[in-house]
Amino acid sequence: MITLSHYIVLGAILFCIAVAGLFINRKNVIVLLMAIELMLLAVNTNFVAFSRFFGDVGGQVFVFFILTVAAAESAIGLAILVLLFRNRSTINVAEIDSMKG
Amino acid sequence: MNNDLLQLICFYFFGAVSVIGALMVISVKNSVHAVLSLVLTFFSMACVWLLAEAEFLAIALVVVYVGAVMVLFLFVVMMLDIKQEAVREGFIRYLPVGIIVALVMLVEMLAMIGVRAMHAHTLGPNPAGDSNVAWLGQALYTEFLLPFEIAALILTVGIVAAVALTLRQRAGVRHQTASQQVAVNAVDRVRVVKVASEQMASVSPAPVVAPPQENAP
Repeated sequence: MITLSHYIVLGAILFCIAVAGLFINRKNVIVLLMAIELMLLAVNTNFVAFSRFFGDVGGQVFVFFILTVAAAESAIGLAILVLLFRNRSTINVAEIDSMKG
Repeated sequence: MNNDLLQLICFYFFGAVSVIGALMVISVKNSVHAVLSLVLTFFSMACVWLLAEAEFLAIALVVVYVGAVMVLFLFVVMMLDIKQEAVREGFIRYLPVGIIVALVMLVEMLAMIGVRAMHAHTLGPNPAGDSNVAWLGQALYTEFLLPFEIAALILTVGIVAAVALTLRQRAGVRHQTASQQVAVNAVDRVRVVKVASEQMASVSPAPVVAPPQENAP
């Protein structure tokens, strides 16, 4: 019998893997973007599970909107990445420091 | 084998595949392989969502993410000329801190959500009834109509922003100006020349040679 904790634990594991990916990959911006997608997937899994187990449609509607915003975000992020590579010819995070932040 | 046990086995299988795919995303050397592992993760998570009877969202995940966003990632990865070795620098250096932070976060999250308490929630009757799509659409087009329209607006802004960011004006390229082409008048293009009609010198015999070129008035 699948319980709510199965879904939540799976989402937590995926989220922590994505956080570890953010820590490990300090050089490659593409992998950082993919780790963010993984985080969104984990959060969406929690939303779907809670929506199913508590019988509320709001969770699934929210997942719908998160998918929309995430698609727009990754499109703009990849556009910025292409622009960055064209101007600096690197995607190394350590070398992208022109804003001196 | 009863139905519940089969569902549980399917859940463990798809969950294990998605976790392995996620681990491959953050650890493989080749960026293309990382994107393909992410596709595997998304696909098996869509199967997990199917087990939670969220059919529309599972299909939307496959269509939108695997079909569109991941293909976009693949395009960008293949377009950029990345040196694999330079990208891997510091992997070993940051590996311990990454693993420690992830494990601490996982333990904290599991302690916070209370796995045993959540075990009490078992799968009841499906709140969606017969059709998940009807359930979702009913809420989406009544209660959440304004957010739905705003989501469409956000996608439009995303398109415009992506195109505006990557549009590049090259120097020395001759291109046409559509507004000037549309605004042109016939007077600018065609010059009507009045030509005096010629008189035939004689009817017979017909002249073989062309008439002399003196048509300008």
